[in-house]
Amino acid sequence: MPSELVENYFRTEKLPQIWCPGCGHGTITRSIVSAIDKSGLDKNKVCIVSGIGCSSRAPGYLDFNTLHTTHGRALAFATGIKMAKPDINVIVIMGDGDSTAIGGNHLIHACRRNIGITAIVYNNSIYGMTGGQYSPTTPKYDKGTTAPYGNIDKAFDICNLAASAGATYVGRATAYHANLLTSLVQNALNNDGFSLIEAISICPTYYGRKNKRGTAVNMMEWQKNNAVNISAAAKLSPEALEGKLLIGELKNSPEPEYTNEYQKIIDRLKKERQ
Amino acid sequence: MERYEIRLSGSGGQGLLLGGIILAEGAISDGKNSVQTQSYGPEARGGASKSEVIISSEEIDFPKVRNCDILLSLTQKAYEKYGSGLKEDGILIVDSSVSAIKSGNIKIYSVPILDTAIKELGKPMVTNIVALGVLVEITKVISNEALEKAVLDRVPKGTEDLNRKALTKGYELARNLI
Amino acid sequence: MKSRVRLMQGNEACVEGAIAAGMRFYAGYPITPSTEIAELSAEKLPLVGGRFMQMEDEIGGMAAIIGASLAGAKSMTATSGPGFSLKQENIGYATIAEVPCVIVNVQRGGPSTGMPTSPAQGEIMQARWGTHGDHPVIALTPSSVRETFDLTIKAFNMAEKYRTPVILLMDEVIGHMREKVQLPDPSELEIVERKRPDCSSEEYLPYKADYDLVPPMADFGTGYRYHVTGLVHDETGFPSNNAEVADKLIRRLSNKIEMHRDEIESWEEENTEDAEIIILSYGCVARASKSAMNILRSKGIKVGTFRPISIWPFPERRLRELSLRVKTIVVPEMNLGQLVLEVERICGCNTIIEKLNKVSCEIIYPEEIVRKIEEVL
Repeated sequence: MPSELVENYFRTEKLPQIWCPGCGHGTITRSIVSAIDKSGLDKNKVCIVSGIGCSSRAPGYLDFNTLHTTHGRALAFATGIKMAKPDINVIVIMGDGDSTAIGGNHLIHACRRNIGITAIVYNNSIYGMTGGQYSPTTPKYDKGTTAPYGNIDKAFDICNLAASAGATYVGRATAYHANLLTSLVQNALNNDGFSLIEAISICPTYYGRKNKRGTAVNMMEWQKNNAVNISAAAKLSPEALEGKLLIGELKNSPEPEYTNEYQKIIDRLKKERQ
Repeated sequence: MERYEIRLSGSGGQGLLLGGIILAEGAISDGKNSVQTQSYGPEARGGASKSEVIISSEEIDFPKVRNCDILLSLTQKAYEKYGSGLKEDGILIVDSSVSAIKSGNIKIYSVPILDTAIKELGKPMVTNIVALGVLVEITKVISNEALEKAVLDRVPKGTEDLNRKALTKGYELARNLI
Repeated sequence: MKSRVRLMQGNEACVEGAIAAGMRFYAGYPITPSTEIAELSAEKLPLVGGRFMQMEDEIGGMAAIIGASLAGAKSMTATSGPGFSLKQENIGYATIAEVPCVIVNVQRGGPSTGMPTSPAQGEIMQARWGTHGDHPVIALTPSSVRETFDLTIKAFNMAEKYRTPVILLMDEVIGHMREKVQLPDPSELEIVERKRPDCSSEEYLPYKADYDLVPPMADFGTGYRYHVTGLVHDETGFPSNNAEVADKLIRRLSNKIEMHRDEIESWEEENTEDAEIIILSYGCVARASKSAMNILRSKGIKVGTFRPISIWPFPERRLRELSLRVKTIVVPEMNLGQLVLEVERICGCNTIIEKLNKVSCEIIYPEEIVRKIEEVL
């Protein structure tokens, strides 16, 4: 029997989903739905937009207004929806390649405008849908099918990128830290402006296998043992933090939201003509 | 059929695009048809630019100037680039700084347009308006009333007096030559 | 009331037409020679409660108008050659997901950066086949400022009626020229709204077409929670790998335009009744053709003109009829021969077809057409 959450928010007839056994994406998707549930949003006023890739299949299973767009462009489509109907809660689900390679330009500009969208990046450090090529978040010297001798590109820190570009709420959690992820997404939904949540996923099929990370369970254990909450990190020495993954709320500094700013122009012009 | 093909040429920033628009709008308020087109390079300022106007009492099919009845050139560069194409009995109006070559029955008017705008009126931005005053007074392609109305409809608020003065100066410069 | 007779630029007429048609969202990126369309949209949209957005790039502009249209706003973007190339993938998305929107391309010299401030007609075939895969297309091409106004409205109306992207193919001459226009009173305009579902959300099948092959479209946020994808999908909107579903969808998309050809096709002809020679042209070149026709008629040569207004679908039947009774069709184009390929396909067996091509990024002059016709006589 599916849980009440699944019953209420998933298109159960579309399940099971296409993700591989052990993939972190299912857990992450459930955390997002849980956050939507806890936020008490009207399903009719929620729109979930995605690009192309493994993560981008998520909206198909969710019972909202859902839009599966072209590779990298989810945020640009979402921007149009938000501008046309600012009362819609727009949530964008992207992968790491989707959001930071082909869609990198849209990402930084959505951050800069502080438009009221909640973006969630499912980061599994690999292009899964196409079979395991290295992505902009594949750690240096790790392998992918297009980096058979080790990847020499430096990886992006998506949260730092988003925070520097102007996102007003930024947080990171892992598939293992599902409850933290839910609360971060909840806070993000509560932020008027642009929020970015990086959800570290696992890809045992490609990334794990190529890089000898063991089973899905081993990869989850890695997340459990190596993630440090930002609140705890303050008390740790730089040596102790070496190689650790910072999770938690990384930025929370609200600023005026884009569509509200635009509405002010419309209102001002209306007033001037009266 | 009454039909004029007019080419205004100079360098970018001299306001000749607006000059062409004003001329075309003036023609409409005279009850005629007009078409204005332009050709320009990548420069917002400088370079050689042209604005073309066709005024006719009939429908205007082909929108570009082929045989100019009237050519205005405010710079040597523009004259050299766009000078050809003037009809044998056309009218050439150049700024005094431009040395133009006399050919056929072309009537040449050499007028200190730039100096008048810069030195006498102290405002290089009214160069185009002085030029329009000169051109309309010499050629009568549109009525003076239509020109004045079109100028005042287009120029920024608060500059009406200055532009009226520039027009009058243009008329005077032309009358001194005719 | 203020007189509506005025001097207006082609790009301005496009914005006036768009707003009259109900445009409430514009997204784009600055590019010569279409920029005035963005500038005027930025100025006018908030005055009618609409919204303008300058996106980070051309692709984003195309994507944003699709998003806005799904949320119920009539949307448009405008661009020129390089931007038109960049928008192609998402034009295909709008086609398969059946999202109404208008894409304006003010053609300039190409390929690549080409001649940004000069006119050309190089995107006739790109408008038809620019995006990948088999797909229908509607592309309209104006040859005057007033017609730019009219066709922009028509483009929105067709986009709404057939749930498809519509391309308005302008050129630099028409975009930048100013001429006297008299705009119609807004009450005289026919404005079409998309067909919305009249069933409950439980019964709604977002891609189940009616008899006209067009499915009713629900706005996002109105209670119809459905799925939209660029993948091949069935009537429910969800992806499918079924061969039959794919075949049915791709055929329906094409047939929904094909079955309305009579309504979509439009053209203008002059002096074709007794014509021995027809000049077939479009956009700014059609104006040169008209002048050329007048010059030749005054010399006693029986010349007529045929101007496709809908380039795609091409007014095929009418041209075939005409081709059976004329000696020659001359096709002047500001490219190396694009639409002439369609003309040859339609009536290459019936008559002689002569090309006149110019790629110097200058308009074709009437005298050039006259000379060509005198040569082939």
